[in-house]
Amino acid sequence: MALLLSRGFHRCPSYVLLESERRENTLIVRLKGEWRIDNLAQIESALAGVPAGVERYIVDFTGIETIDLSGAWLLHRWVRSMGDRLEIAGAPPAHFDFIDDVLQLEPKERVPPPEARLSLREALAWLGRNTLEWFRQTRDAIGFFGRVTVNGLRAFRSLKHLRVPSIARHVYETGIQAIPIVSLIAFLISVIVAYLGAQQLRQFGAEIFTVDLVTVAVLREMSPLLTAIIVAGRSGSAFAAEIGVMRLNDEIDALQSMGVNHFEVLVTPRLAGLLIALPLLTVIADAMGLAGGALLSSVLLDISLDQFLPRMKDALAPTTFWAGIVKTPVFALIIALVGTYRGLQVRESSRELGRLTTVAVVQSIFLVIFADAVFAVVFVELDF
Amino acid sequence: MQRVGNERQTTIRPRSGGTDSAAPIISVRGVTNRFGPQLVHDAVDLDVYPGEVLGIVGGSGSGKSVLLRTMLGLHRPNAGDVRIEGMDITRMSTEELLAIKRRYGVTFQHGALFSSLTVAENIQLPMREFFSASERTYDALAELRLRMVGLPVEAGRKLPSQLSGGMVKRAALARALALDPSILFLDEPTAGLDPISAASFDELIVYLHRSLKLTIVMITHDLDTLLATCNRVAVLVDRKIVVDTLEGIMNNPHPWIREYFHGPRARAAHLARGAR
Repeated sequence: MALLLSRGFHRCPSYVLLESERRENTLIVRLKGEWRIDNLAQIESALAGVPAGVERYIVDFTGIETIDLSGAWLLHRWVRSMGDRLEIAGAPPAHFDFIDDVLQLEPKERVPPPEARLSLREALAWLGRNTLEWFRQTRDAIGFFGRVTVNGLRAFRSLKHLRVPSIARHVYETGIQAIPIVSLIAFLISVIVAYLGAQQLRQFGAEIFTVDLVTVAVLREMSPLLTAIIVAGRSGSAFAAEIGVMRLNDEIDALQSMGVNHFEVLVTPRLAGLLIALPLLTVIADAMGLAGGALLSSVLLDISLDQFLPRMKDALAPTTFWAGIVKTPVFALIIALVGTYRGLQVRESSRELGRLTTVAVVQSIFLVIFADAVFAVVFVELDF
Repeated sequence: MQRVGNERQTTIRPRSGGTDSAAPIISVRGVTNRFGPQLVHDAVDLDVYPGEVLGIVGGSGSGKSVLLRTMLGLHRPNAGDVRIEGMDITRMSTEELLAIKRRYGVTFQHGALFSSLTVAENIQLPMREFFSASERTYDALAELRLRMVGLPVEAGRKLPSQLSGGMVKRAALARALALDPSILFLDEPTAGLDPISAASFDELIVYLHRSLKLTIVMITHDLDTLLATCNRVAVLVDRKIVVDTLEGIMNNPHPWIREYFHGPRARAAHLARGAR
């Protein structure tokens, strides 16, 4: 309220806009004061407070000091709602003529009448519409995947379709620019794992196995998964938002109208860029994770680097590193496909853009974790 | 709107010429705007008198929008001041400026309707921001604005993306009228409309100007709109402003202004008006 007052509005809670006086079957309503939008709440309560159930009303407008269109409109509506029971004494406000005029106006533009709702037929139609919508979306998703595949294959057949500069840009944006944050997080997570692991293993006097723990956890799981999640948050959302804004600006229609394949320009380079960037980022995350483990081991566990490295070599099976890296192209595929697909789905409004960007991030993170679980089971079965 | 339609053919210009006696409602004094090395406005002066319709024209990049943004207090000029009823908005606190801005109604070139709100919610947004009332009252007030701009009440339930170009312009005008402003700023009100919708929008502007005694400042490229609605015209040329009545500006010897008002497209517009 203090803020509103400081904006310089006239506000007076006890402001009286109308007085009424009853004479037998007649209620004389004298309006006064400022009937302006600034007093909206007072106008509302004043009109609501006029006693009902009287045979005749006489309204006197002469006391009104100032009136604006909003005040006049509310007053006019009230006068109209009273119908024949109401008589006007004194000249009505000037705006009444304008309002009468406006009420006579035929709308210049037409909109189709709103559909009837809440009938059984509507409910059935709704169900049908949504089912069809679901089928349509599934079909679209499959179609999207097909187009991506076709365009991807074509891109690898000829250099012209590959659009190397565009891919390079996406490698830079999704990969190189993500190095600091990915490194930092890989480092910290590995420090946390080593720290907590060491505390547990100390109880068995097996602190040296902290090295095994860090090595295997980081290379197999931590760094591919965390890197993919960070990239999904960073680049998945960026893909959806960039493409969504282009959609809102009709840029994609513009591309199509020029005969340019928008999949080739927008989707394939992002996909290819991420397919290159994510595995490389994961290698960096691996290195930073091991460095974090080594640092913590030397500081807290008195395992020097000279001990750490041979122990790490022993812990490493030939497949450990590859078990992590082999997953990353799949993660990259998921993130890029979900991001670009959701971006292309944006229609009409900015709210849609925000919603689909969120959906892109949430879905890609979910699918990455799901794929990781599948990999885990498969690797165990294959003894990889 | 039939009656207004008839009036448009003879377009009487209330108080044209006589405006100079009244105190200006907006006065721009010595405003200089510079973007890097590029000088857009070189100490320009402009007065807007109450109850007039002032058209602002100028070539692309001549700084029309910057001038409008300066008058709205959205852009702080490098030098000079803008007075609204004697108060300098370039030296005002944010809160004072907000109180002044409440008296403005502004429509932007592409409507700038909030895309996630329905048309009625768009109109109600400033009302809800400043005044408390019941839903029914808000709805009633939105209904009036919709009717005023010639939109059916059902249009209030639509999202901006569901409207045609002409309806978006009308909805934007309805939102600009939300707080009963005394000054309307219109940025390219008829750009992108077909000639019939544009003419009908011109009628609407004239009608509202006449009925509500609004002061209107509009940027326009549309000569038909200019001829149909404006009392005076401000032309931005060579980083300065030339202001005159419509008749005066047409006889201005400046080459760009001559080209603007007597070029091939202008001749077509005059011809069309002459024929009616």
